[in-house]
Amino acid sequence: MSVKTVKCECGHINHEGTVLCEACGKPIKGNQHLDGNDDQKVLEMRYDGSARRSKTYKRTFIDKTWAFFSSVKVGVWLIIITLIFSALGTLYPQEPFKNSPLPASQFYETEYGLTGKIFYQLGFHNMYDSWWYIILVALIGISLVICSLDRYIPLRRALKNQKIKRHPTFVKRQRVVSSTDKLSDENYQMIKERLKKKRYKVKEEDGHLFAEKNRFSRWGPYVNHIGLIIILSAAILRMFHVMHVDDYVWVREGETRVIPGTNQEYYIKNENFSYDFFDAEEDEDIRFREALKNANGPIPKDFQTDAIIYKVKGETVIGQEPELEEVKRGQIRVNHPIQFDGYSLYQAGNQMESEYDRISFKVNGENNQELGEFTFETDEAPYQVELDNGMIVRVDDYYPQLEFTDKGPSSFSKFPRNPGIIFSVLNEGKEEGERFFYLGEEVIGLSEGNTFSMSVTDIEKRSASGLTVKKDYSLPFFLVGAIIFMIGVVQGLYWYHRRIWIHPTENEYLVGSHTNKNWFGMKKELDEIFEETGFAEFKDQSELK
Amino acid sequence: MDFYEISSSLLSISFFIYLIAVVFFGAILGKKRDEKQKSKLTMIGIILTIIGFIGQVASFIFRWIEAGHIPVSNMFEFIYFFSMCLIFAFLLIYFIYRYSILGIVALPIAIVLIGYGSVFPTEVTPLVDSLQSNWLYIHVTTVALAQAILSISFVAGLLYLIVKVNQEKRSKETSYLELIMYFVVSVIAFIILSFSFGAADYEAVFNLPENEDLTDISYTLPALIGPTDSELATTDHFYTGIEAPSFMNGPDAARKFNTLIWSLVTGLILYGLLRLLTRKRLGEYLQDKFGKVNPDVVDDIMYRAIAIGFPLFTLGGLIFAAIWAQQAWGRFWGWDPKEVWALITWLFYAAFLHLRLTRGWHGKKSAWLAVIGFAIIMFNLIAVNLVISGLHSYA
Repeated sequence: MSVKTVKCECGHINHEGTVLCEACGKPIKGNQHLDGNDDQKVLEMRYDGSARRSKTYKRTFIDKTWAFFSSVKVGVWLIIITLIFSALGTLYPQEPFKNSPLPASQFYETEYGLTGKIFYQLGFHNMYDSWWYIILVALIGISLVICSLDRYIPLRRALKNQKIKRHPTFVKRQRVVSSTDKLSDENYQMIKERLKKKRYKVKEEDGHLFAEKNRFSRWGPYVNHIGLIIILSAAILRMFHVMHVDDYVWVREGETRVIPGTNQEYYIKNENFSYDFFDAEEDEDIRFREALKNANGPIPKDFQTDAIIYKVKGETVIGQEPELEEVKRGQIRVNHPIQFDGYSLYQAGNQMESEYDRISFKVNGENNQELGEFTFETDEAPYQVELDNGMIVRVDDYYPQLEFTDKGPSSFSKFPRNPGIIFSVLNEGKEEGERFFYLGEEVIGLSEGNTFSMSVTDIEKRSASGLTVKKDYSLPFFLVGAIIFMIGVVQGLYWYHRRIWIHPTENEYLVGSHTNKNWFGMKKELDEIFEETGFAEFKDQSELK
Repeated sequence: MDFYEISSSLLSISFFIYLIAVVFFGAILGKKRDEKQKSKLTMIGIILTIIGFIGQVASFIFRWIEAGHIPVSNMFEFIYFFSMCLIFAFLLIYFIYRYSILGIVALPIAIVLIGYGSVFPTEVTPLVDSLQSNWLYIHVTTVALAQAILSISFVAGLLYLIVKVNQEKRSKETSYLELIMYFVVSVIAFIILSFSFGAADYEAVFNLPENEDLTDISYTLPALIGPTDSELATTDHFYTGIEAPSFMNGPDAARKFNTLIWSLVTGLILYGLLRLLTRKRLGEYLQDKFGKVNPDVVDDIMYRAIAIGFPLFTLGGLIFAAIWAQQAWGRFWGWDPKEVWALITWLFYAAFLHLRLTRGWHGKKSAWLAVIGFAIIMFNLIAVNLVISGLHSYA
């Protein structure tokens, strides 16, 4: 595509659609409406009057799409729409947070009535990963890219091509201006010195002076947009599951389990799980007594899993116990995950004393004479135990999680959360004995006219620790994106691109100045630079009224 | 006297110093004094503000020593820290612009905030395990400071509107401005109500006979609206007998609704009284008093506050927050309501910064945006913690 050009009287060849000549700044006839300069005294200097594609070409479909997305107004609308939807999504909890056994189709209506039903039917209960929300964010991304390109390329060209000598109209039509009839050489030198002191780069040509500083701040917005685009790309990447592992595992005290999501490569052993609550009785926590008194329940202080991480050594053979090698040992606490080979394990949940580990019993004979004691281990339930005196206690039935159905006692799961055990206490050599049922931490006799009695002497429970397993390859991208964004924002907001032109004409010296922001500071700086040099007080030609 | 008491007394002292400072800043208002007198009086106002600020910082430090961790972990502490940051941000902007007139808007807002925060339980609370991290210090303090600086743009915006909205006849703009005034008055009404009924130990208890999961609900204000399906247990207390509509579920929904109605009604009465006293719209009354203000400077402060606050908010409210969330829960972003509202705040100010690039969005339009921005911050601070439940609903 050949680019049409416009030649300025200064000799510089500008791209089609240029509003102010890149070199001398003279307004180019016929293009002034593009930046709305027709009826304004002050020239629009936002992009230095450079030729933006969106403002120049408006014929084809691509032109129109480009023009649409390059509009700041469109970008702002996209932001506002996203903002409103995001807000609506917080009206009721999102599905993952609903914390109810009810399915979503019933939960929202039962809990919140009609509005809840509408919320659910509009799909707001899964808003943030819905296709239309993702499209909204993607549109913002497109707008970011096009907005930036549409402005950055011509602006860079205009700033590169600017000359020291400008057209008088350009200088006169800047926002903050001044002039003087006489400028002594001494004063001129003083201005130059002051400019340099304020870190301006000063250039001169034929008595014209051009001072500029902090041009790099103009690139701030484009830099921060790059950061945002990296973050959005990382978010897209993360939608592919190879980029991250997200799993959950429960490990009981003393148990060794394979860590899910690691291709059966890693195992974890829960050596010990400890927990601690704030206690107003303790010296350390006494200062919280008021708060603890008013709290609804105990306030957790610390949960900690003492863990050993193992790696499988060599090839695994199916059906064979793998050989394990310890790779790491340490504590997992909230805010202090354990890390190994890119994986992290987070302390996420706890089932405190939720399972029975061992239950101890005592058997008494006639006249309460003690016959013996034994301990029942729930994980290695024995068929029978022999007491000290040689008597046998047989385990007839064992229900780890006891429940009663139409068919009698049965077990809901294999986990010993509510064990029920039926024992027979046998006299030597006999097959039939007296039967006892252990349930609900008590023993009841099943046979009539018992001569023996049985009671519980000790119960030991165990806790399980819930750990999330994470591995995320996308994190570095997000971090880099965030850092670039911050650099760009700071670069663009905390430095100001300032330019000052001194333009001699036949009968006076004109001063024009431009800053991309903070006119308040600019005026202050101008007053300091031109103080007592014969220039009239600076005039702001577009002050708010 | 222990550290907790020292801290509380220092806070009360600061509160009163701020009140006195407002009186001095009030010297700007009206036409009776000449410029020289005014600048002298506002100078005293600034000095008092600095003294009050130092007192508040000292109070903060004593509370820190008492608690053993930075006191920003419950509603009272956060609002109190936020108000401290607001004063700091005001002083910061003052030393850049030397524009003391902002004080007459900033200080009352800080005072109302301190009053509002004091309604919540003030005792030191233990840190639940997930908050025990150095990121608590970094994340919460940067967010509070950022939001305070962003609030200065609201202060400047409100000032701009008070001065620039045409008060000659009633319009949409004057009505919205009155609405802002009414909100401020309602918050004051809420504080007065809470403290007076609190001082009288008022408590009306409701039983919920049909719901076995929930315990009794106690009201600290007389019940205009009772909980759904409830019975008043303390029968000697006032009760209209009107129950909250059934869609207001949740144990505290009806109680909060009741408090809201009380605040709005009392606010309306207070507002009406003020209107009767001034015989003008409050905006009109204030405009007369404020006299001349340089709109360019105020507009610039509005923008500058956002230019400083926005990057800080991004850092504290999004980046630090994400890093901490990654460390605590293994997910840097989880669409928790508080996170979503931080994103909304961020998007809003991003939109604001972009609109500043568009012609015609300086001045009054910007000022209205600054007001909306503050409303979002307040919503995130109050409603998201108290109404919408989530990870941050610790208060």
